[in-house]
Amino acid sequence: MAIVCRSISKGYYKIAPLVGTRIEALREISFEVRRGEVFGVIGPDGAGKSTLFKILATLLSPDSGCASIEGLDVTKDYRRLRSHIGYMPGRFSLYQDLTVQENLNLFARVFNTTIEENLYLIEEIYQQLAPFKRRRAEALSGGMKQKLALCCSLIHKPKVLILDEPTTGVDPVSRKEFWETISRLQGEGITTILSTPYMDEAASCDRIALIKGGKFLKVDTPTKIVSQYRHTLLGVRGENQYALLADLRCHSSVKSCFPFGDKLHVTLKGNKLEGEVLKRAELSLKRYLSEERGHNLVSVESITPGVEDSFMDLTLQMDG
Amino acid sequence: MDSVIVTDRLTKKFGDFTSVNSISFEVSRGEIFGFLGANGAGKTTAIRMLTGLLKPTSGKGSVAGFDIYREAKQIKRRIGYMSQKFALYDDLKVWENIRLYAGIYGVEKSEIEPRSKEMLQQLGMEGEWESMVKSLPLGWKQKLAFSVAIFHRPDILFLDEPTGGVDPAVRRTFWEMIYAAAERGITIFVTTHYMDEAEYCDRVAIMSEGRIAALDTPYNLKRGFEVENMDMVFRKIARGV
Repeated sequence: MAIVCRSISKGYYKIAPLVGTRIEALREISFEVRRGEVFGVIGPDGAGKSTLFKILATLLSPDSGCASIEGLDVTKDYRRLRSHIGYMPGRFSLYQDLTVQENLNLFARVFNTTIEENLYLIEEIYQQLAPFKRRRAEALSGGMKQKLALCCSLIHKPKVLILDEPTTGVDPVSRKEFWETISRLQGEGITTILSTPYMDEAASCDRIALIKGGKFLKVDTPTKIVSQYRHTLLGVRGENQYALLADLRCHSSVKSCFPFGDKLHVTLKGNKLEGEVLKRAELSLKRYLSEERGHNLVSVESITPGVEDSFMDLTLQMDG
Repeated sequence: MDSVIVTDRLTKKFGDFTSVNSISFEVSRGEIFGFLGANGAGKTTAIRMLTGLLKPTSGKGSVAGFDIYREAKQIKRRIGYMSQKFALYDDLKVWENIRLYAGIYGVEKSEIEPRSKEMLQQLGMEGEWESMVKSLPLGWKQKLAFSVAIFHRPDILFLDEPTGGVDPAVRRTFWEMIYAAAERGITIFVTTHYMDEAEYCDRVAIMSEGRIAALDTPYNLKRGFEVENMDMVFRKIARGV
């Protein structure tokens, strides 16, 4: 096992002890990550993701429970452990007034290595940074900053990568390239634990943990999580999506309705419908929208849920 | 058609680097206009010129009927701005935040309080008048930040990656607020890296290396590039894949 967490809890005070309210950021979290695995931690803001990552990165110690990476305890062996992990914090933490090249050199030297030695690990991303080599980090665009931070966290060839929202602010094409890098690193035997707000990325992880209120609600492969989706899911299109949304929400059979790109995803109340019953439900919804509500070009079809549908359903359940 | 943003060969150079290279486009009143592009394509520079924060090198432009060279001050009064990084002050109370922004945008003093109360009521946040912004759940903060950005009833709202790093449910609630604002006639100029959100726009411009590489409705873009979704349109343009 590359990462082992046993019953980790961490709380803190929002303002100050005695006056502030105590927040339980993590409540007895236990999980394991296998060597070479890409493990995603998915959850709303404030769920405890960053606190968990800071504990793994040896920057915070847990109130109770223990965690180890590559057999080294995150509190007792933190000095030795630090050379085996690469950490990319959620907030940009490189030196703003150093250039791209200077930041990379600094991180390489801190870990007693050179950029050249492990260049093969970061080649693709490094190529995109190369034109901006002499630019100060503060003058980089958001996406470029993320790329630089990833390079810096990889410069000493860590065994375990801890990435807190590495692709936030990164454009779609660069995100795809980022994932190509991650899977190549996986081929090198590097273990990755990361968080992301992008559900297509969650689907690319080997396993994901859904976290909310400091607890893991579920840990499984994306495929298994999606297969546990228990509702009838319909894709609805029409000329005016916004008006469609409002009309669907006030229909008695509709449980929830959200925009998903070029269509709306509608879940129906009750058990999952199949065959003829499903066909009838689709038809009656279509009739309601086009005849009763006067929408044009309405189409209703049943669709297969994705990770994003499952995630939204699970978080809605938690909210009651 | 009533155009609230008009640019004509608008250009910005930094030294010998051309960040925005002769872009020309128009945005109509009440439109939701998506502004996409790879990191470093020039989106932020373009927004800074349109919001009167940066003087262009050449070309023409007007926002809400005012010239971007000479009337930056008037422009600033007629627009709202919000991004993931720039929203509300965590250490101020809800009403203090509203008063601060309303004051900056020149809303009549006597109007601020009644309008604030009405706004909080619409948001279902009447009880939060005295709350510190940092104590609010993120979804509420986002809603509040959005409402504060349009508190002075601007013609145009600029949203620079407003949903970056936000979870799927909050992201959707946020877009419903965008729709509602557009219905009320506020023009929305929005950047995003979520390609499903590109589908929610009336028209989308995709920037590549300082130029507008494509500009059309999502439907026409997908048809023109013969692909299924905006993600693939984006990839074709940004990397020529």
